[in-house]
Amino acid sequence: MGTTVGSERVKRGMAQMQKNGVIMDVINSEQAKIAEAAGAVAVMALERVPSDIRAAGGVARMADPSIIEQVMKSVSVPVMAKCRIGHVVEARILESLGVDYIDESEVLTPADDKFHVNKRDFTVPFVCGGRDLGEVLRRIAEGASMIRTKGEPGTGNIVEAVKHIRMVQGQIRKIVAMSEDELAAEAKNIGAPFELLLEVHTNGKLPVVNFAAGGIATPADAALMMELGADGVFVGSGIFKSENPEKFGRAVVEATMNFKDYDLLAKLSKDLGTPMKGIELSTLQASERMADRGW
Amino acid sequence: MSVTVTVKIGVLNVQGAVSEHVDHVKWVDAEPVLVKHADDLVDLHGLIIPGGESTTIGKLIRKYGLFEPIIESAQGGMPLFGTCAGMILLAKKIEGHEEPHLALMDVVVNRNSFGRQRESFEADIEVQGISDGLFPAVFIRAPHVVAADQGVKVLATLDGRIVAVQQNHLLAAAFHPELTEDVRMHGYFKRLAEQYQAK
Repeated sequence: MGTTVGSERVKRGMAQMQKNGVIMDVINSEQAKIAEAAGAVAVMALERVPSDIRAAGGVARMADPSIIEQVMKSVSVPVMAKCRIGHVVEARILESLGVDYIDESEVLTPADDKFHVNKRDFTVPFVCGGRDLGEVLRRIAEGASMIRTKGEPGTGNIVEAVKHIRMVQGQIRKIVAMSEDELAAEAKNIGAPFELLLEVHTNGKLPVVNFAAGGIATPADAALMMELGADGVFVGSGIFKSENPEKFGRAVVEATMNFKDYDLLAKLSKDLGTPMKGIELSTLQASERMADRGW
Repeated sequence: MSVTVTVKIGVLNVQGAVSEHVDHVKWVDAEPVLVKHADDLVDLHGLIIPGGESTTIGKLIRKYGLFEPIIESAQGGMPLFGTCAGMILLAKKIEGHEEPHLALMDVVVNRNSFGRQRESFEADIEVQGISDGLFPAVFIRAPHVVAADQGVKVLATLDGRIVAVQQNHLLAAAFHPELTEDVRMHGYFKRLAEQYQAK
């Protein structure tokens, strides 16, 4: 019987199965098991979490494949891994390892300062970051099957994540309200492919799932992202830089799924210990801002 | 004089492809109800358990006190329809794994039996009594039924693997009808819900 792998529906569908869930950064199999037990819908296998990448400085690259394989063996939930922006070969290596999703991520040092990976060419789906609708739709045009609004990774500061999800949601509302004859000019203004913009105008939403990322440090932060219209959240440094990762992870998972239940959120926020220490954004140099990477 | 009441179909709203199922329920002219708490099950004529991560969903239905009420509703005759993760939740036994979840259907399932995401695929398959021709089936890190007891009707197979089953009022598919625009499986489930409603 004829079967088709890697179709748009199969790749986007994978992300649809993750909705209302939390994807957690892990650096080894112990952390992966804790994340899975806490209710993560997927884990992101990394060599270092973003806050440690910041601290270490230098060039950040794809993780050692042995770390990724170790994580893949230890959990039954999907495993994601990051390649550098535009690094087609890192992406091919990750695909050959059998990861379930590739994150072409600004958290790593970009390999190409002009172009992203042509993700249509791959059987494995990709998630990409975006700060505004134009960037988001360019990534989808390149074949991204899932989007995450960027925030500022590894800061434990939610302000950029709020800015980016509000920007994308606000632009979607604007596009919906426009008349069709205004769309071509708007496509030029925001640097978005016209056909995708027309799709947003017609359907009132992005053609793929959109998670929020970059600075989520508490259950309330995760719930805020859902309140603002995210389909789920990525929590990077927040979980394993907190005092009690297991309890913290569970609380973030529940907060994401019940973001309007404020009594529950109050309960979940109690006695969590110290969350990760955050960074005030104004203290970051322009060169230290990861969200500005991506074209 | 009889008043026709719209058939109400719940969609378990914990995690996964919830809105997709809600759309399908609307498209077959039934009333969708989001189910997160036990109270939401009252007055339903059927419940869909969507695709998502079975471990995550299984954990949370226990935590939110939905576990027993769903089992009781099903034992009382309310039709259930599980897709992908939903099929795993309904199975009596999960191969190579800890305890089962709702354990309502007499089937043994194997998780991720078609491989990882890069092996996920679409195929047009025959679904007995439902598709009348081919049905576009989307398999995402999909399970399959390894063994089914006598009371279980096999509705679809793919390369010799069982991928859709029915046991009286319980329906399960390894694939995702909610990811296509095809409403035939939801239409079939609506008829099960109507039969229950008429009782």
